[in-house]
Amino acid sequence: MDYFFQQLINGITLGAIYGLIALGYTMVYGIVGMINFAHGEIYMIAAFIGFLAFLLLASLGVTSVIVTLILVLVISMVFTSVYGFAVERVAYRPLRNAPKLAPLISAIGMSIFLQNYVQLTQGARVKSLPPVFTQNFHLTDSLTISTVQLLILGSTALLLLGFSYLINKTPLGRAQRACEQDRKMAALVGVDVDKTISLTFVLGAALAAVAGVMVILYYGVLDFYMGFLAGMKAFVAAVLGGIGSLSGAMLGGLLIGLIESFWAAYMGGDYKNVAVFAVLMLVLVVRPNGLLGRKQVEKV
Amino acid sequence: MNKNFLTFLPPVFLTLLLSLPLLGFFAQENSKDILLLQRWDWVLYATAAVFLANSVLIVLKKYPLPSFAISPPAKNLNALKALLFLGLLALPFLSSRSTIDLATLVLLYICLAWGLNITMGLAGLLDLGYVAFYAIGAYTTAILSHYYGLSFWQCVPLSGLVAAIFALVIGMPILRVQGDYLAIVALGFAEIVRIVATNWQSLTGGPNGMSGMPRPTFFGLEFGRTSSSGLPTFQDFFHIPFNSEHRLIFLFYCILGLAIIIYVVSKRLRCLPLGRAWEAMREDEIACRALGINLPRIKLSAYSIGAGIAGLVGAFFATKQGFVSPESFTFNETAMIVAMVVLGGMGSLWGICIAATFLVLLPELARGLADYRMLLFGLAMILVMRFKPNGLISVRQPTVKMS
Repeated sequence: MDYFFQQLINGITLGAIYGLIALGYTMVYGIVGMINFAHGEIYMIAAFIGFLAFLLLASLGVTSVIVTLILVLVISMVFTSVYGFAVERVAYRPLRNAPKLAPLISAIGMSIFLQNYVQLTQGARVKSLPPVFTQNFHLTDSLTISTVQLLILGSTALLLLGFSYLINKTPLGRAQRACEQDRKMAALVGVDVDKTISLTFVLGAALAAVAGVMVILYYGVLDFYMGFLAGMKAFVAAVLGGIGSLSGAMLGGLLIGLIESFWAAYMGGDYKNVAVFAVLMLVLVVRPNGLLGRKQVEKV
Repeated sequence: MNKNFLTFLPPVFLTLLLSLPLLGFFAQENSKDILLLQRWDWVLYATAAVFLANSVLIVLKKYPLPSFAISPPAKNLNALKALLFLGLLALPFLSSRSTIDLATLVLLYICLAWGLNITMGLAGLLDLGYVAFYAIGAYTTAILSHYYGLSFWQCVPLSGLVAAIFALVIGMPILRVQGDYLAIVALGFAEIVRIVATNWQSLTGGPNGMSGMPRPTFFGLEFGRTSSSGLPTFQDFFHIPFNSEHRLIFLFYCILGLAIIIYVVSKRLRCLPLGRAWEAMREDEIACRALGINLPRIKLSAYSIGAGIAGLVGAFFATKQGFVSPESFTFNETAMIVAMVVLGGMGSLWGICIAATFLVLLPELARGLADYRMLLFGLAMILVMRFKPNGLISVRQPTVKMS
């Protein structure tokens, strides 16, 4: 039974990371109506920036773990946000009124570009970060939860609170929701649509940055290819939860994390990714709007 | 002047910020620990490059270049095509073994890109899992010949058929749904195919792959030194000395034949009601549905025809390499084929043909560029979509024009 609960903890931790990435997909889809293929790469870049920031702080002689962690998170979020902003400016904004295939191809080009950019500048080999937190808490004899897991769960919960406040209560969130419903009408009543879309990408990138930093703390390894699979799974999570729905993305992320870790625990690790994609197919057949999604109305 | 100078600042500042973390620092792993090294020169180069590019753009905006369009005179075009065809026919007799190999590879990619052109160029469906059907075709040939002893020419149509059936099964649920799910589902499907091919050791040999592909025969005549089927070998039948290149030359002609068939089929399909429906759907799905076109059905047909072609090409790939392994079917392969279609101009067969030739020969021509190949592909895809969304090389005119 402990084994089951252990997998539950692992699954929820993994799911929180997927959920954070999935939020970026779902926000962008909600507001611009396109799949941001480069979002997985943004997450990968965040992990690299976080990794470099850890090394930088270590070489500068910062020893306090808490200070390091906060600084790394801030550095990674800031610079990753710049990447998110630049991706939108370069690859998507000029194509906003182009035929619908154009931004998709541009996005896939951006994804390939970023992946190879990191490979060329940071090297193709898998990098490893020495463990920062090593302490484990024993809940029962064989059931443990690590500091990193607690950290991931805690920071995700905190971020979600802040994030939902931002979306529901602030002028930025109002503008964001308005653009999501009707971009033209929002522009007519004085919402700066370009700025709102830029901020959406920045927000998505900042959330992905937290996920990226947490994942290198959790697994301790990173490479230029890590954004591909994680990005795809997060997208599956967004679709599962209902694309465009923010709480759906988080729910989808948790479910995908649970499916993955239970499948790996009970059926073996070889086919766990197959299971995740099978879920995607199943969702599209049975419930195309996702678990919490609204029915999409097509506008001409 | 002052105003011009200000427009410089944001992109340059942005580049500085972007390059600061990933270009400015990198980690080097020693045997014991990780070192953080700095390279500020790279940051400087990147910023300077963006500054220069920006100034060029600003100058260009003020003094635009005279626009030029390459449009070869139509009457010479057929002569050019005939010349090209004759050149291809004569190629094996004029060149070395390695050139024939390379030409076969180029033709394979042209066939693949033309297959994707049906899905992507004509019907406007972004299929990022195209390589999965290529893999299915190759593995079908390998499995059928290895376990059931089928000959190459029996395997070829079956490979195409199996790939098309897979496309139907995958496409049926996805293409019914609104939105661009196909791209990512196809991506996932390609990943599944690769995972299964890697992990199903007993069937596919796992990461080691399968070897011993069936060899194509010339109406039953084999190309080996000795024959295993009882019939005489190719060289005995025609009373010519044995040459191991015969098999390669024959394979080259087979793939050339396949390319011509795909070319003709693509051209004809475009004029059928089905092809017109594809192009109409690419332009406007809602208008198309209003005209009573059954969207899922025509999407599915485009998807599975493209997949079927990939399966056929996969069979030829298997026999050309003599070996299939999951290594050959990564996402980079799909990215390269998508780049061929995008750069060549979606829907334009000749543009795609030129782009495919160029992209396959590029690493051969410029070995130093090999590392930067994928980086440049990605960049090219973004730039082409931004500045010439109809394709770099050629723009396909609509089949039907309103007069």
